[in-house]
Amino acid sequence: MEPDDVVACDITLNTWLTDEERVRFQNPAMIRRILAESRTIGVVGLSSERQRASHFVATYLQRAGYRVIPVKPNAGDILGETSYPDLASVPIPLDLVVVFRRGPETVSVARQAIAAGVRRIWFQLRIPAREAAEAAAAAGLDVVIDKCVKIEHGRFGGTLAWAGMNTEIVSARKARRAPPRSAERPPSRGPS
Amino acid sequence: MTTSEQSAAPAQSRRFGFDTRMLHAGHIPDAAVGARAVPIYQTTSFVFDDTEMAAQLFELRQYGNIYTRIGNPTTAVFEERVASLEGATGAVATASGMAAQLVALMTLLSPGDEIVASSHLYGGTITQFTHTFKKLSIAVRFVDPTRLVNWEQAIGPSTRALFGETIGNPRGSILDLAPLAALAGSKGIPLIVDNTFATPYLCRPIEHGATIVIHSATKFIGGHGNSIGGVIAESGRFDYSGYPTIAGPSPSYHGLRFYETFGHYGYLMKARAETVRDTGACLSPTNAFLLLQGLETLSIRMDRHVENALAVAEFLSDHPAVAWVSYAGLPDHPDHALAQRYLGGRPGAVFSFGLAAGGSGARAAGSRFIESLQLFSHLANVGDARSLVIHPASTTHQQLSDGELAAAGVGPELVRLSIGLETVDDLLWDLDQALRAAT
Repeated sequence: MEPDDVVACDITLNTWLTDEERVRFQNPAMIRRILAESRTIGVVGLSSERQRASHFVATYLQRAGYRVIPVKPNAGDILGETSYPDLASVPIPLDLVVVFRRGPETVSVARQAIAAGVRRIWFQLRIPAREAAEAAAAAGLDVVIDKCVKIEHGRFGGTLAWAGMNTEIVSARKARRAPPRSAERPPSRGPS
Repeated sequence: MTTSEQSAAPAQSRRFGFDTRMLHAGHIPDAAVGARAVPIYQTTSFVFDDTEMAAQLFELRQYGNIYTRIGNPTTAVFEERVASLEGATGAVATASGMAAQLVALMTLLSPGDEIVASSHLYGGTITQFTHTFKKLSIAVRFVDPTRLVNWEQAIGPSTRALFGETIGNPRGSILDLAPLAALAGSKGIPLIVDNTFATPYLCRPIEHGATIVIHSATKFIGGHGNSIGGVIAESGRFDYSGYPTIAGPSPSYHGLRFYETFGHYGYLMKARAETVRDTGACLSPTNAFLLLQGLETLSIRMDRHVENALAVAEFLSDHPAVAWVSYAGLPDHPDHALAQRYLGGRPGAVFSFGLAAGGSGARAAGSRFIESLQLFSHLANVGDARSLVIHPASTTHQQLSDGELAAAGVGPELVRLSIGLETVDDLLWDLDQALRAAT
């Protein structure tokens, strides 16, 4: 998943964003760069319940080689990682913050991310986060809204297609081999 | 943002055309080999990376391949390509068109539910709905699809889906998709459309508000009469929160709620990971490859199919041995305006006509006509590259009662044609000599 692997296609399905908003908050090149350059991902609202969407996504991200830091009050360890009550409490730098919170809480999360010096923030699919997105963008962050980080990783990594889903990617170029950097990623931290 | 990204920015908004996606959608040449044609992964099963990955695949936490009954990389190319052409969020391939509608409805419905369906359907579908679904305690109300009020009156508190064919088999009636989709939407139920006769090249029901589109891919998608297959495509826009089958906890996945966890993929994930898994109605990888070969020429084949069909319909309309021709491409067909609206005036290549020899002599005249044809193949299929003919009252629709036959608009004088890609003058010659021999 190299950031210079430009996808020459419009990705339009399954979003409530306008075309103009998609260019700002769902730009394929930006999404690929975020996924390629991030190593440590804070997941705000990561549930400890195994069958919740956030737990599925975090499991997936760990297996893909990312370190996942749970951000959730009074949660203890989740997926083998210590959880923290808020972004300010996380003692290591986060390359990306993924947000699983309801719409009204997103502005507060965006402010925490800005204050913590996070450079990239991602509001998950179907979360109304326009105001939070504008605040984060105004502070210079890369912002994604109304997208699922697992789906996008699968879309650009070539595995979502195995599920028969419409990735909207059309290209005659040979797929790249897995980037050599992936070997340098920390090993999966899932329960074993 | 780097310079290379800026220079590439204009290309990022490219929306590729239908024909480009026929050839490319769903298949990126793989990193190791770079095969240009879609490889046939003729394997039952796939080796796991390790035990943890195996467990996560079975829990649906990872995208990946387990067993060809649930998914296969060749079949996945076919699924994504159909989804792309239909404007769908994804697709699930099935063993046949009949399997597609069984899986589409079983995924959605529970015992005690009802569906409201057009009566202008393939006879096999009417039989499946009436008899096999009855065994599942699912009731079907059939309506004359031509008046919206018929649908409105048939919808009751247990109605969970509306079902129709874009181009009805065998009379060629055209479903008025937009008002029907609006009605379904107002009731919070999905409209399911069988788009087999139109193909996504001539009509894309999701653009008119349909939620689920099914195909017998055996027909024009494959296009060469060599493979049985089906496919279900879904819009990704329907709110399934009122459907316990999709939104409720799944006992076979530890209480997983498919709609909550997979969102716009929930219905299709459920169809694949439960219904196809449990019915075993999967498509074989080799058939997926053959159907993909068909898809790659879909538009140019359909152009010729329709061109030939219109020429044949016009020829038969003027023939003294023909009583009537029911092709919505002709101006006197009652659905001509609907064909203009939904199909660009090109309502496929399957239609019926009636022999002038009516009454008690109709059945014998039909037999003589079919026995006299030299180029039209007498068989029970449509959508082959070759021209086909059948007499429904004695074959595809013979299991229907007289009342069901009348409701489906199938009389003893009716002959169904599926017009192929042959030299059109040869088709006209063949029909003319057979009509003369029959009357």
